[in-house]
Amino acid sequence: MASYILKRFLQLIPVFLGATFLVYYLVFSLPGDPIAALFGDKPVNPAVAAQLRTQYHLDQPFIVQYLLYLKGIFTLDLGQDFSGRPIAAVLGEVFPVTARLAIMALIFEAFFGILFGLLAGLRKGKFFDGTVLVASLIVIGIPIFVLGFLMQFVIGVQLKWAKPTVGAGAPIPDLILPALVLGLVSFAYVLRLTRTSVIENMNADYVRTATAKGLSRSRVVTVHILRNSLIPVVTFLGADLGSLMGGAIVTEGIFNVPGVGNRLYRAVLSGEGPTVVSIVTLLVLVYVIANLVVDLLYAWLDPRIRYDS
Amino acid sequence: MRFSRTSKALGLAAIAALALTACGGGSTNSGSGGGNASAVITVDGSEPQNPLMPAGTNEVGGGKIIDLIFAGLVSYDSSGKKVNELADSITTTDAQNYTIKIKSGKKFTNGEAITAKSFVDAWNFGAAAKNAQLSSIFFEGIQGFDEANKEGSTVDTMSGLKVVDETTFTVALTQKESDWPLRLGYSAFMPLPSGAIKDPKTYGEKPVGDGPYKMDDSGWQHNVQIKLIPNPDYDGPRKAKNGGLVFKIYQNDDAAYQDLVSDNLDVLQTIPTSAIANFKKDLGDRTIEKPYAGNQTIAIPYYLPGWSGEAGKLRRQAISMAIDRPEITKVIFSNGRQPATDFTAPVLSGYDANLPGSENLKFDAAKAKQLWAQADAIQKWDPNQTFTIAYNADKGGHKAWVEAVTNQLKNNLGIKAEGKPYATFKEARNDATKGTLTGAIRAGWQADYPSLYNFLGPIYAKGAGSNDARYDNPAFDAMLNKGLGATSVDEGNKIFNQAQQILLQDLPAIPLWYQVAQGGWSTKVTNVDYGWDGVPLYYNITAK
Repeated sequence: MASYILKRFLQLIPVFLGATFLVYYLVFSLPGDPIAALFGDKPVNPAVAAQLRTQYHLDQPFIVQYLLYLKGIFTLDLGQDFSGRPIAAVLGEVFPVTARLAIMALIFEAFFGILFGLLAGLRKGKFFDGTVLVASLIVIGIPIFVLGFLMQFVIGVQLKWAKPTVGAGAPIPDLILPALVLGLVSFAYVLRLTRTSVIENMNADYVRTATAKGLSRSRVVTVHILRNSLIPVVTFLGADLGSLMGGAIVTEGIFNVPGVGNRLYRAVLSGEGPTVVSIVTLLVLVYVIANLVVDLLYAWLDPRIRYDS
Repeated sequence: MRFSRTSKALGLAAIAALALTACGGGSTNSGSGGGNASAVITVDGSEPQNPLMPAGTNEVGGGKIIDLIFAGLVSYDSSGKKVNELADSITTTDAQNYTIKIKSGKKFTNGEAITAKSFVDAWNFGAAAKNAQLSSIFFEGIQGFDEANKEGSTVDTMSGLKVVDETTFTVALTQKESDWPLRLGYSAFMPLPSGAIKDPKTYGEKPVGDGPYKMDDSGWQHNVQIKLIPNPDYDGPRKAKNGGLVFKIYQNDDAAYQDLVSDNLDVLQTIPTSAIANFKKDLGDRTIEKPYAGNQTIAIPYYLPGWSGEAGKLRRQAISMAIDRPEITKVIFSNGRQPATDFTAPVLSGYDANLPGSENLKFDAAKAKQLWAQADAIQKWDPNQTFTIAYNADKGGHKAWVEAVTNQLKNNLGIKAEGKPYATFKEARNDATKGTLTGAIRAGWQADYPSLYNFLGPIYAKGAGSNDARYDNPAFDAMLNKGLGATSVDEGNKIFNQAQQILLQDLPAIPLWYQVAQGGWSTKVTNVDYGWDGVPLYYNITAK
């Protein structure tokens, strides 16, 4: 088990190098001159532009820029963004906010998705099942920004149950509405996934055995049906944490959440290579580690799964 | 979750206390503004792109903050008129050598005295290339700028600046510039305390200034908000009438608008495009529409075949008269623009709406057709040729009005005309500066300081940086130089308006309309007015 985890962590090294290199190259290839863009609509002052290019190593060829960035990482210095602030400090501001938002969304979609999915699966073909299926189909069918604007307008502006945008410090109460919007589509997927899985397992031999053994209905449902139905759901949720963090950009824009998506968007527009790479690499690491945790959860959910090295 | 439990309790306690006071003391009426003056106003902002250094800030997000926490030699009132802040007097006898006396006894908010040196050091810092300040170009008129601002230069002082005594310094320019004092209210010309120059990076996070406001201890929370509190020592013309300002940082105007209509935001500077149709209904009388120092024109390059000489001049006049400006500003912009009658903007001092030649900017389809025919008599226009107007499609919503203009040209002149979109502003500018345009291009201009010359010199002087049309008229250039050599700003403005009369005949660019700021405010505040630059006069806003 320990050697399995070690092996998985060693795999992070090529992932890390690959991701940084690829993203750095993509930002480098963006059309337009980031320094000229700093001057906005005003004429570019060549002397100042040259000074800035030297300062951000933009006068160097791509490979040198990339190696300088890598060297910075190993000395725990991620460099500076265009406003002269250390990128590490920027990451420290935006990641906790988005992590909070994504985890709230994840809890919401996992709890309600599994609950409704289980109930729908147990009542297969009944009215509740049908209603839930149709509702989830509608949610999946509507683009997230439509849902976002709609909920902001109805709940925030009309009903005034929540603030339409997130306030300073992104407190948890302010994040409830954006987290609901962010988790809504995944909620629908979790629901459908759980439902299908539950229906499959209800007819399994071990469920019949458990019932025949005289176990209570609730024990059969929670321990035998639900636990075995969770494997595909957990896989989905693990992968979803990564996409929730990276994919919060639309939701963050609508509700003005000062998180990763907003900073990343601005960094891409202004062509700040090191900022983009740092953010994206961290997102990649979150994704990879979330998947590792999912793999380890399998063994707990299904003891037949063993990690042999 | 509008109020936390604690704040509710505090609120109740406050109300109870007020009620008790009222009972005890009767109606003392402690001045109508008493309670209001301490209220903090929440306004919209955007994340500053650079450290908050006056000469290093060239975008609106940081610019709004800099303008409030700094006071320079002069500032501008709501009509764009220059008023002295720290300057006691700015004098010149030849429009080239200026003597500046500053008021004595003024201090930065850290207690450091503001002297002539605070200005000279700050300007030298801003101009030197090695400090990489984005607005360094604003010092270009000063002698010694070229040496300090050369690529790789280590020179960090300009020879044209000399400290005479504690409160006096002199400025020598490379040429006569009568409107030079006008630009001294621009953020690049603010004084700096000595700590700023020693450690610009730390300073730029929490700048110490001398303006109507200062940074609160919570200061700049990146991507979240910037909080300013009144500077009690400030006694200039922009004294704060509220208890502070919170600039809430928004990623887009739509989110800010939702906050505005639900009273979570007090002032929104610019109504987003998506709400233009509804904002007056949503906000009632809590809106403002006011022209500011910006305009929109169509520049037609002289290097295009058929657009130079006498025929070119007649064609430009024909195009100008074939455009029904009031119709477009009404239908496309819901009166969010104002039809232009000159090349500058109506909020500037010296502006004249009825210059001789301004009739060339009035719609007259019959006259337009006749002028076009006259041009055809000199040089035939190929009827299969299409007249294009280039615009950038990435932002600004130019497509709608460009199409309206081209449709009017088609109908009124009987020529082929269409818009030519560029994907980004950068690409459009690239073709314009290289001189490789294949048609006309839309050209907007927003003034950095309220001066007529700022709308003329940088755009229409021979070889100027933004002369997209490649206009070259010695008579016009001579008039500009004469204006720059005038001994006072007002005298200069008269001459600049004479220069405009030449432009109104030649029409190197065709003025369309003046920009109008459209903003709104919540039910909680009052006294919202906008300045000459389309930015709210934040210091005047009071809570109800």
